[in-house]
Amino acid sequence: MSLDLDSGVPEGPIDEKWRNWLDAHKLVGPRNRADNKVIVVGTGLAGASAAATMAGMGYTVETFCYQDSARRAHSIAAQGGINATKDYANEGDSIHRLFVDTIKGGDFRSREANVWRLAELSTQIIDQAVAQGVPFNREYGGLLATRSFGGVLVERTFYCRGQTGQQLLLGAYQSLQQQVSDGRATVNARHEMLDLVIVDGRARGIIARDLVTGELTAHAADAVVLATGGYCNVYYLSTNAMGCNVTATWRAHKRGAGFANPCFTQIHPTCIPQSGDYQSKLTLMSESLRNDGRIWVPRDEGESRDPSDIPDEERYYYLEERYPRFGNLVPRDVASRAAKIVCDDGLGVGRTGRGVYLDFRDAIRDKGEETIAGRYGNLFEMYERITGESPWETPMKIYPAPHYSMGGLWVDYGLQTTIPGLFAIGEANFSDHGANRLGASAMMQCLADGYFILPHCVTDYLAGIEDDVDASHEEFGRTRDRCSDGVDELMGIGGSTPATVFHRELGSVMLDRCGISRDADGLRSAIDDVRSIRERFWSDLRVDGEAGDNLNQSLEYTGRVADFLEFAELMCVDALDRDESAGCHLRAEHQSEEGEAVRDDDNYAHTSVWEYTGPDSAPELHTEQLEFEVVEPSTRSYK
Amino acid sequence: MNFVLDVWRQTDGSEAGAFERHEVEDIDPDASMLEMLDVLNERIISEGGSAIAFDSDCREGICGSCSLLIDGYPHGPRQVTSCQVFMRDFPDGSGIKIEPFRSSAFGVIRDLVVDRSPLDRIVQAGGYISETSGPKPEPNSNPIHPEVQEAAMDASICIGCGACVAACPNGSAMLFTGAKVSHLSSLPQGEPERKHRVRSMVRRHDAEGFGGCTNHGECQAACPQEISIKVIGEMNTEYRHAMLEKLRARDGSIEPL
Repeated sequence: MSLDLDSGVPEGPIDEKWRNWLDAHKLVGPRNRADNKVIVVGTGLAGASAAATMAGMGYTVETFCYQDSARRAHSIAAQGGINATKDYANEGDSIHRLFVDTIKGGDFRSREANVWRLAELSTQIIDQAVAQGVPFNREYGGLLATRSFGGVLVERTFYCRGQTGQQLLLGAYQSLQQQVSDGRATVNARHEMLDLVIVDGRARGIIARDLVTGELTAHAADAVVLATGGYCNVYYLSTNAMGCNVTATWRAHKRGAGFANPCFTQIHPTCIPQSGDYQSKLTLMSESLRNDGRIWVPRDEGESRDPSDIPDEERYYYLEERYPRFGNLVPRDVASRAAKIVCDDGLGVGRTGRGVYLDFRDAIRDKGEETIAGRYGNLFEMYERITGESPWETPMKIYPAPHYSMGGLWVDYGLQTTIPGLFAIGEANFSDHGANRLGASAMMQCLADGYFILPHCVTDYLAGIEDDVDASHEEFGRTRDRCSDGVDELMGIGGSTPATVFHRELGSVMLDRCGISRDADGLRSAIDDVRSIRERFWSDLRVDGEAGDNLNQSLEYTGRVADFLEFAELMCVDALDRDESAGCHLRAEHQSEEGEAVRDDDNYAHTSVWEYTGPDSAPELHTEQLEFEVVEPSTRSYK
Repeated sequence: MNFVLDVWRQTDGSEAGAFERHEVEDIDPDASMLEMLDVLNERIISEGGSAIAFDSDCREGICGSCSLLIDGYPHGPRQVTSCQVFMRDFPDGSGIKIEPFRSSAFGVIRDLVVDRSPLDRIVQAGGYISETSGPKPEPNSNPIHPEVQEAAMDASICIGCGACVAACPNGSAMLFTGAKVSHLSSLPQGEPERKHRVRSMVRRHDAEGFGGCTNHGECQAACPQEISIKVIGEMNTEYRHAMLEKLRARDGSIEPL
């Protein structure tokens, strides 16, 4: 078998590639667009912005989300902000600098041309959002305010208090609702995609389950877009929403879409630490807190004093000491690893010893309560609500938690997967963040994909296909029967253990051996353990209720866990194969004396793309070589 | 900690529901209300029963999915979302009554899950600034005073959970609708559609079966985002101005007065 991994990057200098592509791509005339139907699965920042844009162009768009409203996708929880190279602060910022920061932040494991395009489009996103009524923070004179984020030395992050994701998502959601009211878009809420339908080698539609009636429905289209987010819930505990899952991308993978770099997952440094086994998720505290908060642990193991009683000389400000230039603003992977190291050394704080202080004492003293409240007031409230402790009086306690998946479906420059007619955008694809994503870049990528890139790529594709397929085609019936069998199989196991138990077990294996740090032995044993959990799942699972019940939440969840149990193995296989450290992927065998990631550019300057070969055979590895023409790969240094 | 729960069970909207009693033991004081329900559901499934259905997703208070009526209060008495209610706030051994949001406009789908799609339809009626993607003016060419932006933000932080509706004796969604009207109409970008927007959204609000506001203030007291009831006053003012003239609708037709 083979996968076509031609990235399709256009010719020309890097700053002319996207323009050249736009000038050359095929168009669909305004009068023909309504006859072309596009399915968009997922209504987060990427899905909603893409759906609204394509409907606005005149295409017929049908969207799906598992939530009860398109407004609830997990993009809504993004707090800190969105990057754009406006250079309002007159710091000499430029497209080139955002590009370099992103490539370097990703530890030279992303495709240059895609990253350049992202940086290039960043400013348009701000213009677009402001026109939609997104209330970005403003300076006293009424101009847009910016702040700084991890891994960069300029202030290019735009924000709406600590709820930037919510405001940007509502902007996209409202645009989508406008299109719904105009009759060009529909939203199928409480629907979950179960499979992709392929006719003559092209993606032609999906099978979805109506979560309220339990009915499996077939939906045909001329192109299918997956905007279904990331897979960090493979760790059970993560900052993702409860419903976030790998199902759509995994099932598309099983139909032939290459899965790229599944082992690249980001563990975010600033989350509220776990407090018990009952816990269902971890809560992220915005990275923006690192602008003014200072991270430290006590110098002495076994320190029992209240943090405010510990004098400065007995505090270990480990990021400031180890990385004097970036200090508390080092990239996420570096900050997470440093936290793990000090906790492994026994210096951790809190109930479990897995926590470090994030302290605002000095910022409150130097900048005043009013300034700090303006920047972080709602985050402080949120922390106090959850933990019962006030950051105004005592330092926050934080610890890294799984947060974002850089890996995802492989896409070419036109955001198309290895299946013609199947596109993937936002966190669901692998493209722009390499081995580590910088803060305030996720929303930038989702919206660049959705508003400005994907609609043109889909147009180019639609202009090239002529035949029409509808849901009466036999392939839809066949795929629906297969989905129905899959549901019956889950319902019929007849064991006694709920899916949560298996999911929790899987999470602890993955966090332990495929998390912040990995090594070959651990990964091999993780693969064995994942298989054994999977076997027990398929022999001792109990799903309550009936498949045809109205709203069977246990069945929804169980299907997602079943997919995580398969996907987790691929993650470990990929982590084992990548015998180097890069960004968030730290192989313990490959680190410097100071614990920094050591890349192997001779052997691993590529994207690993996995092909599904069947339930009982090993996945096949293909690679896309990464060429660096604009930046020379170097050792990342934030010292 | 131990609790005695009376949980509303209902198979679907066509059948009558009833309370079902569950005793839960050994709950961590730092567990949230929803995590306690997770623990209970895990036990119910292992014992061969049928799990309690409830909506939740982000579990950090921003997505607006969770929607429990706790001891008669939407999201409980502390003005937070249901997922941010922690068991340490209840006396050990206490009885807790858990129901779905109650409103005639929100039908029960199952157990604690209700249908809030009417709120989406109110937004469809005009809760947006009409635009399509593409080049836009440079935002700094139109400065907006931070106080104006802050006021818009105070309204736009609504999470669409529907607690305001569940709290209102009239089942009114005017806090929800007013928040969107207030957000968009206070910004210069929202100015051109201002009058049509408020008329269209109010018309849809009434058609969905929501009641009118008679100033009880229960919505504001229940809102986890602390949205002020003043948005209802602002919407009423907008509405009165808008009702004084004939308007051109988005489709180009002239709406009758």
